[in-house]
Amino acid sequence: MRVEEFLRERGIGVGDYVRIIKQEGNKEIIYEGIVMPPYELSSGETLVIKLDNGYNIGVALGKIKAIEVLEKAKVKPEVHFKALIEGKPELPNVTIIGTGGTIASRIDYETGAVHPAFTAEELAKAVPEIFEMANITPKLLMNILSEDMRPEYWVKIAHEVAKALNSGDAGVIVAHGTDTMGYTSAALSFMLRDLSKPVVLVGAQRSSDRPSSDAAMNLICSVRMALSDAAEVMVVMHGETGDTYCLAHRGTKVRKMHTSRRDAFRSINDVPIAKVWPDRVEFLRDDYRRRSEGEVWVDDKLDERVALVKVYPGMSPEIIDFLVDRRYRGIVVEGTGLGHTPSGLIPTIERAVQEGVAVCMTSQCLYGRVNLNVYSTGRKLLKAGVIPCEDMLPETAYVKLMWVLGHTDDLNEVRRMMLTSYAGEITPYTRFDTFLR
Amino acid sequence: MGEKFDYEKLGLKVGLEIHRQLDTKKLFSPVPSELNDKVDFTFQRRLRPTMSELGEIDPAALEEFKKGRVYVYEGNYELTDLVYMDEEPPHMPDEEALRVALQIAYLLNATPVDEVHFMRKIVIDGSNVSGFQRTAIIATDGKVETPWGTVGIPTICLEEDACRIVERKDKEVIYRIDRLGIPLIEISTTPNIHHPEQAKVVAKFIGDALRATRKVKRGLGTIRQDLNISIEGGARVEIKGVQELDMIPLIIEREVERQLNLLEIRDELRRRGVKPEDIREEFYDVTDIFQNTGSKIIARAIKKGGRVLAIKLPKFRGLIGREIQPGRRLGTEFADRAKKYVPGIFHIDELPNYGISQEEVNAVIERLGLGEEDAFVLVAAEEETAKRALREVIKRAREAIEGVPEETRRALPDGNTQYMRPLPGKARMYPETDIPPIPLSDELKEEIRANLPELPQARVERYVKEFKLDRSMAQTLVDDERDELFETLVEMGVKPSLAASVLVVVLKGLRKEVPIENITDEHIKEAFRLFLEGKIAKEAFEEIFKELALHPEKSPKQIAEEKGLTLLSEEEVERIVDEVIQQNIEVVREKGMGAMGLIMGRAMAKLRGRADGKLVSQIVRRKLQELSS
Repeated sequence: MRVEEFLRERGIGVGDYVRIIKQEGNKEIIYEGIVMPPYELSSGETLVIKLDNGYNIGVALGKIKAIEVLEKAKVKPEVHFKALIEGKPELPNVTIIGTGGTIASRIDYETGAVHPAFTAEELAKAVPEIFEMANITPKLLMNILSEDMRPEYWVKIAHEVAKALNSGDAGVIVAHGTDTMGYTSAALSFMLRDLSKPVVLVGAQRSSDRPSSDAAMNLICSVRMALSDAAEVMVVMHGETGDTYCLAHRGTKVRKMHTSRRDAFRSINDVPIAKVWPDRVEFLRDDYRRRSEGEVWVDDKLDERVALVKVYPGMSPEIIDFLVDRRYRGIVVEGTGLGHTPSGLIPTIERAVQEGVAVCMTSQCLYGRVNLNVYSTGRKLLKAGVIPCEDMLPETAYVKLMWVLGHTDDLNEVRRMMLTSYAGEITPYTRFDTFLR
Repeated sequence: MGEKFDYEKLGLKVGLEIHRQLDTKKLFSPVPSELNDKVDFTFQRRLRPTMSELGEIDPAALEEFKKGRVYVYEGNYELTDLVYMDEEPPHMPDEEALRVALQIAYLLNATPVDEVHFMRKIVIDGSNVSGFQRTAIIATDGKVETPWGTVGIPTICLEEDACRIVERKDKEVIYRIDRLGIPLIEISTTPNIHHPEQAKVVAKFIGDALRATRKVKRGLGTIRQDLNISIEGGARVEIKGVQELDMIPLIIEREVERQLNLLEIRDELRRRGVKPEDIREEFYDVTDIFQNTGSKIIARAIKKGGRVLAIKLPKFRGLIGREIQPGRRLGTEFADRAKKYVPGIFHIDELPNYGISQEEVNAVIERLGLGEEDAFVLVAAEEETAKRALREVIKRAREAIEGVPEETRRALPDGNTQYMRPLPGKARMYPETDIPPIPLSDELKEEIRANLPELPQARVERYVKEFKLDRSMAQTLVDDERDELFETLVEMGVKPSLAASVLVVVLKGLRKEVPIENITDEHIKEAFRLFLEGKIAKEAFEEIFKELALHPEKSPKQIAEEKGLTLLSEEEVERIVDEVIQQNIEVVREKGMGAMGLIMGRAMAKLRGRADGKLVSQIVRRKLQELSS
């Protein structure tokens, strides 16, 4: 019997305080506690209760000899939080756009439920420091898992960011799930034109319901960066495992390089823009775009018919053919080493280019620059019409190709645009100090 | 009876909480459960209090956070991993630990739950890197029978041990993370233990069940026993960190004594008509009185720019100096509270003393306008620090008028206790969502119940019957937790009586001379292996273990060789016997077989420890027979 049915039949609701008599062999055990909501991953044959000491335990439905409600669930008083709190005229304004993932949360210690906190009042309680730095306006734009992000949402976010910046904010923060934050930061980097103020993406690798979460410090540092002089799209996350400083990475050169660590975000083939402490910013380079006057505008033309393909030994050319047949207009290839594919793929790639598909080459090494002149395979790929994307990250090239194809059909123009650095996505030469750090 | 107190009349209530480490991998990742002082890296974190459903933050936790406290963690690459740096989600709980927990549950007559739910218990003192301890109830409703009646075991939990504290500084606490995540079994009893000896019986029974699994860790720090003690009219006091079983009755007796004395002090204060609000937060600066003091402590504080501050404790005269535990006074309790800020306090009942003169005491009495029954406490330190320390004293003095304060205390080696912190509030817990619920099937429960390990007492009986060991020898083997090693040695082919006597008599005999805890089970096994291979005589064990205790980095073989304890070959023995015979050839010729005793004696003087006596006697007999025929 499923637990939902078991409860319904007996008129028991979640939150009721019950006494259960369980028969185990010839022993009878009495439990008293609050009925918990059925567990998502449970078999459904177990009733979970919270005992008076705060612990949850599961009782097999088949062993329940008797169950009695001692007290019906109390109706919880609804708590309302203010969406805005009064600003201080001397402080700059910063909007925090929520897209999903939580930077602060409330925990119900009774049910264990964790609620994202996104009103100004809740944020002010959870991370009061940021309200001493700026007048914060939280705005929940969407609430999706980072892996469900889509190009159309990038556009939506870009417009929201532009709106906030153009209405007088000193900077804008986008709270984002970490899995695809690098894609969104690249997309914003290409779409936000004439950027005159900081745009900061921030997330957390440890959920905000735990005392050790990195969320609060990342948020504090991102406000610090949003108030800084850098008119760039940046990702601000922990710089090391300790709660000491964050790094501000250029939006087109950043990648999540670890599944779980706080310092998972790294600048690839580039030096981060700044080291950010909760109370100060130390710029690590001088070539960042400076804060200025002027309105930002959104160049949101994207062509979504682009694929990102990783090559591997034994790969069948059919995969490329499939994309061409399905009328994809661009393919970013994550090649091996300097930018190669199995030789068998060259004729299909040649065909793709002939049919007007833009084929761009990046490297699955991630670190370093592609060079198709060194080996014959590379030279053949070049001849087939592949565009070598220098030291661009595959994900960045994928987002950029969508944006480029939103502007032109002409393969020569595509090549020219792909090889022009619009948002620092290509560095002209490879610095020694940019590898694995 | 002959007992100090009539515990029944006093309404003594004791509950136990026993924690013991399991000897398995860590609970949520397969890292070895070992401690090591090697530090490969450090990192620094802060723990931020989280918001409750009502949008509230625990004020105490927030206060702590605002102080800017930083936690520094010292790690070792082998003995920790990302899970315990809170940089990776937990793996599924160690299966062996879970099985051991279930064994313990059944040995304590408890009933396992049907599904285990790990919880996060918020702990923000930094001892858990994540800011919470993972813990789950494995079983409930156990019991222990004692001659005084049944004691219940409401819960048996499986949880993670915390970090080891290395140093506590003002704004920084340093922890070592190797201990974090070692599985801990937590067993708590109902508070219906009514006699100090009963508490010991219960603790022993639980300890036996734990040891029966042979999967608990041994040695200092692997077992932690906490006592909850109260008497009628007193208060619940939690005493932490009792290491030895034998100390339990004494600690209970001393706590009863303490509570009774505190109640007497309360009654006296009430008789004198003082109320908590009569103790006012008024600080008198009496620095000038001590300008030329003979007290070094005060003089040093003044020289460093500090002040001498005094407070008035109305009607407390004579009571601050009253003993409440042997060697400890109400004043000691005041000082313990103030310890957070200053090394010590001075109170009127102990003065003049410590270089403070009667004139200075009189001057303070006059300045504060003290009546005959009134008392003062003074502190010399930087002004704000002195005020903080005195506020703690005021708080404790007010509590003395109420009776016994509820608090957590630390067990001292002599059976007394010392203030540690206020009793913890209700634990804030919520589910550990990274670990799915773990069903305990009836098949698993049945399998564990059908194969429960032997309890220590049964093991003693078995050794007596099966190995013909002397009962007290068998008991010592089990009590010293050498039983597992003993059985291994017997399996290796060592005679049970020899194995037992070496483990009990030889090792225990050495305990007074050398640190025998340095000798590992592996050392002992190797020494016996040498013996079994005929490389050393049994007489050599003592010498080898003595050296091992001093130099644990050496191997038994190395020591045997260095000390010339390795046995000689038969040919070498023969050669030495021949030598002895030649040196005494006159006697041999004269007495023939009658010279056996003399030759044996002289030969053994050269061969003791390097040849088996039986072999020597065989060779001597043969040689003498050859010569006399």
